Amino acid sequence: MKELVEYIAKSLVDNTDEVSVSQVNGERAVILELRVAQEDMGKVIGKQGRIAKAMRTIVKAAATKEGKRAVVEILQ
Amino acid sequence: MKSIESTGKTIDEAVEAGLNELGVTIDKVDIEVIDEGNKGFLGFLGSRMAKVELTVKIDFQTRTKEILSNIFRLMNVDAEISVSESDEFLLLNVSGKNLGLIIGRRGETLNALQYLTNIMINKGLENEDRRRIQIDVEGYRRRREETLRGLALHLAEKSRREGKDIVLEPMSPQERRIIHITLRNIPYVNTFSEGEEPYRRVVISPKRGEG
Repeated sequence: MKELVEYIAKSLVDNTDEVSVSQVNGERAVILELRVAQEDMGKVIGKQGRIAKAMRTIVKAAATKEGKRAVVEILQ
Repeated sequence: MKSIESTGKTIDEAVEAGLNELGVTIDKVDIEVIDEGNKGFLGFLGSRMAKVELTVKIDFQTRTKEILSNIFRLMNVDAEISVSESDEFLLLNVSGKNLGLIIGRRGETLNALQYLTNIMINKGLENEDRRRIQIDVEGYRRRREETLRGLALHLAEKSRREGKDIVLEPMSPQERRIIHITLRNIPYVNTFSEGEEPYRRVVISPKRGEG
């Protein structure tokens, strides 16, 4: 899941070196914290959060397959 | 995009020289003739070299297939991807078993994949170089299109019968288009869209004094 978020984020931003994802495992939910360069924030969020929403939809689907819940948090 | 200029005695020779320099075959470039050249009188007086510009085409097929198969691999989804082209877009057909996961409720996941892949393949490109892609999974889009057509006709009839506007659920631009087109020639209703993306929805409205 972590690799999935990382791959999607890196494919969207300009500063790929500054993409980092940390995974926090809860009992049933997995929290994926995504950090990108400040100037790339718009590229992972999108207009009205459309890109972030699409990314969350895909990660949610991948998590469901493993019987988990996943939450993607984009951190400043 | 990478482009170079090359020259030769004829256009063919100029193209050949350019291809050698780029190290690619002719199907991988767009060719623009800058100067057709002129053999001149008796082959030397006033002769001019032919000049062409070769631009390496972006291989969207490979690029798109690679991105999508990486995403599927990371999602632990086992699927085959085949690519075909139309004037409008690149169509990626995904096939395999248990692919409901990448379609999602009312195509939600499929639309998300398509939306992101479109952005990824066009990253860093100028508007005129961009290509649009459409992803279909096991004929889902075709079946959904049939469902939407049936729904549109049914609701148009209902709108006429009850003389009321009918507001549909939010849909993607692609899906709204199917509704509009289906009802374009139905004389007793009008259709329009209202609201902001991604919650924009179609309204079917009866025409007054008809039907």
